Amino acid sequence: MFKKILIANRGEIACRVIKTARRMGIATVAVYSDADAEALHVRMADEAIHIGPSPANQSYIVIDKIMEAIRSSGAEAVHPGYGFLSENPRFAEALEAAGVAFIGPPKGAIEAMGDKITSKKIADEAGVSTVPGHMGLIADADEAVQIAGQIGYPVMIKASAGGGGKGMRIAWDEAEAREGFQSSKNEAAASFGDDRIFIEKFVTQPRHIEIQVLADTHGNAVYLGERECSIQRRNQKVIEEAPSPFLDEATRRAMGEQAVALAQAVGYASAGTVEFIVDGDRNFYFLEMNTRLQVEHPVTELITGVDLVEQMIRVAAGEKLALSQDDVTLTGWAMESRLYAEDPYRGFLPSIGRLTRYRPPQEVAAGPLSEGGKWLPQPGGAEAPTAETAVRNDTGVYEGGEISMFYDPMIAKLCTWGPDRAAAIEAMRVALDSFEVEGIGHNLPFLSAVMDHPKFVSGDITTAFIAEEYPDGFDGVTLPQGALTRVAAAAAAMHRVAEIRRTRISGRMDHHERRVGTDWVVRAQGTDMAVVVDADREGATVTFDDGATRRVASDWTPGQSLARLDVDGAPLVLKVARIPAGYRLRTRGADLKVHVLSPRQAELSANLPIKEPADTSKLLLCPMPGLMVKLSVAVGDEVQEGQALCTVEAMKMENILRAERKGTVAAINADEGDSLAVDDVIMEFE
Amino acid sequence: MKDILTQLEDRRAQAQAGGGPRRVEAQHAKGKLSARERIELLLDEGSFEEFDMFVTHRATDFGMASNKVAGDGVITGWGTINGRQVYVFSQDFTVLGGSVSETHGQKICKIMDMAVQNGAPIIGMNDSGGARIQEGVGSLAAYGEVFQRNILASGVVPQISMIMGPCAGGAVYSPAMTDFIFMVRDSSYMFVTGPDVVKTVTNEVVTAEELGGASTHTRKSSVADGAFENDIEALAEVRRLIDFLPANNRAGVPRRPFFDDPARVDDSLDTLIPANPNTPYDMKELILKVADEGDFYEIQEDFAKNIITGFVRLEGSTVGVVANQPMVLAGCLDIDSSRKAARFVRFCDAFDIPILTFVDVPGFLPGTGQEYAGVIKHGAKLLYAYGEATVPKVTVITRKTYGGAYVVMSSKHLRGDINYAWPTAEVAVMGAKGAVEILYRSDLGDTDKIAARTAEYEENFANPFKAAERGFIDEVIMPHSTRRRVCRAFASLRGKRVTTPWKKHDNIPL
Repeated sequence: MFKKILIANRGEIACRVIKTARRMGIATVAVYSDADAEALHVRMADEAIHIGPSPANQSYIVIDKIMEAIRSSGAEAVHPGYGFLSENPRFAEALEAAGVAFIGPPKGAIEAMGDKITSKKIADEAGVSTVPGHMGLIADADEAVQIAGQIGYPVMIKASAGGGGKGMRIAWDEAEAREGFQSSKNEAAASFGDDRIFIEKFVTQPRHIEIQVLADTHGNAVYLGERECSIQRRNQKVIEEAPSPFLDEATRRAMGEQAVALAQAVGYASAGTVEFIVDGDRNFYFLEMNTRLQVEHPVTELITGVDLVEQMIRVAAGEKLALSQDDVTLTGWAMESRLYAEDPYRGFLPSIGRLTRYRPPQEVAAGPLSEGGKWLPQPGGAEAPTAETAVRNDTGVYEGGEISMFYDPMIAKLCTWGPDRAAAIEAMRVALDSFEVEGIGHNLPFLSAVMDHPKFVSGDITTAFIAEEYPDGFDGVTLPQGALTRVAAAAAAMHRVAEIRRTRISGRMDHHERRVGTDWVVRAQGTDMAVVVDADREGATVTFDDGATRRVASDWTPGQSLARLDVDGAPLVLKVARIPAGYRLRTRGADLKVHVLSPRQAELSANLPIKEPADTSKLLLCPMPGLMVKLSVAVGDEVQEGQALCTVEAMKMENILRAERKGTVAAINADEGDSLAVDDVIMEFE
Repeated sequence: MKDILTQLEDRRAQAQAGGGPRRVEAQHAKGKLSARERIELLLDEGSFEEFDMFVTHRATDFGMASNKVAGDGVITGWGTINGRQVYVFSQDFTVLGGSVSETHGQKICKIMDMAVQNGAPIIGMNDSGGARIQEGVGSLAAYGEVFQRNILASGVVPQISMIMGPCAGGAVYSPAMTDFIFMVRDSSYMFVTGPDVVKTVTNEVVTAEELGGASTHTRKSSVADGAFENDIEALAEVRRLIDFLPANNRAGVPRRPFFDDPARVDDSLDTLIPANPNTPYDMKELILKVADEGDFYEIQEDFAKNIITGFVRLEGSTVGVVANQPMVLAGCLDIDSSRKAARFVRFCDAFDIPILTFVDVPGFLPGTGQEYAGVIKHGAKLLYAYGEATVPKVTVITRKTYGGAYVVMSSKHLRGDINYAWPTAEVAVMGAKGAVEILYRSDLGDTDKIAARTAEYEENFANPFKAAERGFIDEVIMPHSTRRRVCRAFASLRGKRVTTPWKKHDNIPL
């Protein structure tokens, strides 16, 4: 076995690999760019080597720099993670030449699967089901109709040179095929000057389901079940799970066997993933093979108990696979939510900055991947199983760290495992609510919203889920009545605790202390809920004016930013912050302003007219005297809320001014190099 | 006997009705609560003890003899906020527009005198059309009597003014002399002369809101210390402020049970200072992470944002915080920030509130704008305030502190009790580049030499150790242990007593 390996990557995947390597007694070497000097993977590794400036094309993907780091550290093998150099045959070649093991597949497999057309051809030859289609040129409409008939409707008619939806038609019958061929051809000629057309099967209700394979250098290969990755936003995976709620045993086996056949056909040896597109009738078609460890590999680990990174290392060291296909069993259900530094309220715009707070939920080991209450790969801080469900968080950041603009915006992968899908989803809801991230915009509320979406919960999903269910983007969650009263009961109980503490201040008039009342009105989401709080040692019983009661058990103390309560026997986790005369409570994707009022406050506030929201200005004013050093947008640009507009230097500090809302730049009144005074109008918006 | 009791109840009901339901409704329509409703929400339920409910004015001119309402347009008395005594007055706009008469003024004076005598804060809720013109000089005299009491009470008991409606003309000068002014957005305004007079005299056309609304006074003029969305929010937040304030200048700060470990370590503070010295960071993060439960009551949040002032608690006891804000103007001192912080420091000192100062200051803001407007004297206010303050003073230098600003920001030389520095601190006369350009002017053409000189200077001064060697820094501390170190520092100063030479009063550069 290797004594020392180098991880040619950063972020969560580098940390993930380090954890397994450490458990195997292998020393680790991290590499880092300028921006990552303080990064978590650098802190975790036994050694760290600086490899250049922040942009990846000057550091992480420069083969020579990685090779130099390998030489100077004396690492015997390299794990490439995903992305960067993981599927670069030239890198595998360079390692081979240097006599360093690549913890990944052979160069030939990377090359063969790296090309879309070659890979499809190889797959076809290996007996893997591919999307039926005609790759050759089509002479006329008659031939098109004939080919379409062979493939079976619906079909997609595509321009060879196409892109962006141009020259693309879906045909459901002969007439449409005939018409679609002609219009595609015309459009293609006009748009691309190339009217070559081809036809392939149009997959309806498509799902993205992939098979994890594992092969060794001795000709053995197994498949480790599937992962459903249909929840995607613009081809970026957001939520994955294993197994798929859609596959039956026969389909799973057929897909698995084909995937293994493909792996063997290309002489694969390592962990790899064969991606399929699956239609509503469980027909599946090969998409591509990823010759690396996938981002979403933890869900497979959680249901199979196999540490894929360990297996990759062992295979690279020449070991035989210790498990056969019969040893692979799928136990329970695993979910993965990708935490992105993207603001869902601002069109999922990437958000950078300092993580002023970053507290992931407590990891809990359970399920196949645990042993004696520990994770097999032992991610840091795992505790003895206390529940039937597991929580795992693969992360590459820490509180006080900086999210830079140079790399992928994914900062963590939160996974849960449960005996069944419902349990895994419920565990994920609680885990998401318990995840504290402040300082940057992030998609936690969106992830929570999906976990509560009826279609997701039922498993009725396709790759179009996000586009169809959130066509206008995401603007938060409105809690249904039941959930709202749970929050209201909790807020009333917590408010009472906070108010009682206030009465314990020093300097009060003896015998004339304030008595905190039991009657309150909770105002949230535009409704007033009158409650009576009957408090005791363990919490409070909260009675609503319709007579309904909720039992709140709580050990929350004022100032805690995370309240873990139990309402009527079910967990309720709230993020708590102070706002003027009230609380900001966040749970289940909802971001609520909650006011707990005395009955008199509520009564009097009802007398006051509701204010119109303040007039939103359409100007960008200079907030300080300074020098315009950089304009980041031009007249006519559409800007998203939070987008950088310009940089003003004041007292040698560079201050980035950002758009307060979505809009279009109508005028720019300052040039780079201009001196600006306070309240100078820098930009006007339409 | 029963008749007499009923008579009292009748008279009370009459007085409590104020200007009557129709006027109260009009008040609500303007987004305002009535004077009595405000008192109800400000004080603990059922704690209000009213005085002078039956007082009426004695004017007879202009038909006033027949226009009398019990209470005369202001409700006065005392009550409790979380069990602690406060005196209150609340002007009743529904009675003669809340105008100030001789008797109206006398009612206010009475509770001010009692507040000073008994050592409890005074909270005034202002909602008044101004002087009662029918009473002529009697009304002006009433203002004068109130002003005099504001002055005498200043530094004895905290005085808080809530502007909850109009406050114009001479009436503004009573709030102006109190410790804090809070306004309600869209329903309050303050000015010496109103839009009509402004137009007549200067031809400026301006609305009451633009001239003296909450936005104007919190952002531009700094007359107000804060603004709130509506009456209910304003009253709740003033209750919260009272929880931070001592009852008087001898009572000491209030203490409250707290749920935050004084020894709590925060590792994220070790990365608060960016690697690039020209990159700003948010000083508020440090304040929130050091404070008990992250609770911070900011004063003048929207004005001179290059300095932050406000109250936190450490181990349950109130501490005033002053901090340079690198996010705005690099945290430099200028006229506005010096005035803002000086006033805050003096308030803390007057009421025995310990002061915690976080320092990252590149110096004073240069420019004709500053010099012509008198930055010399205004900057001296903060220097003076820190130097005269005898309360416990703990200072933490986070990054740079250059030149005169170093001395100003609660340095050891101004009787700073315990002065800490983070390892990232630089205590110097100026930054390396500027210093080298002056010291080695003749070498300016030689970049190698300049680089070597700069490195040498940085070696010497771009760290806290030169200052620590002289004892100007008591200890260099790890950022993550700031809360623990600061809590222990203040704990060690609980017995602090300082005597200063006798003086009638000081002569701060106003």
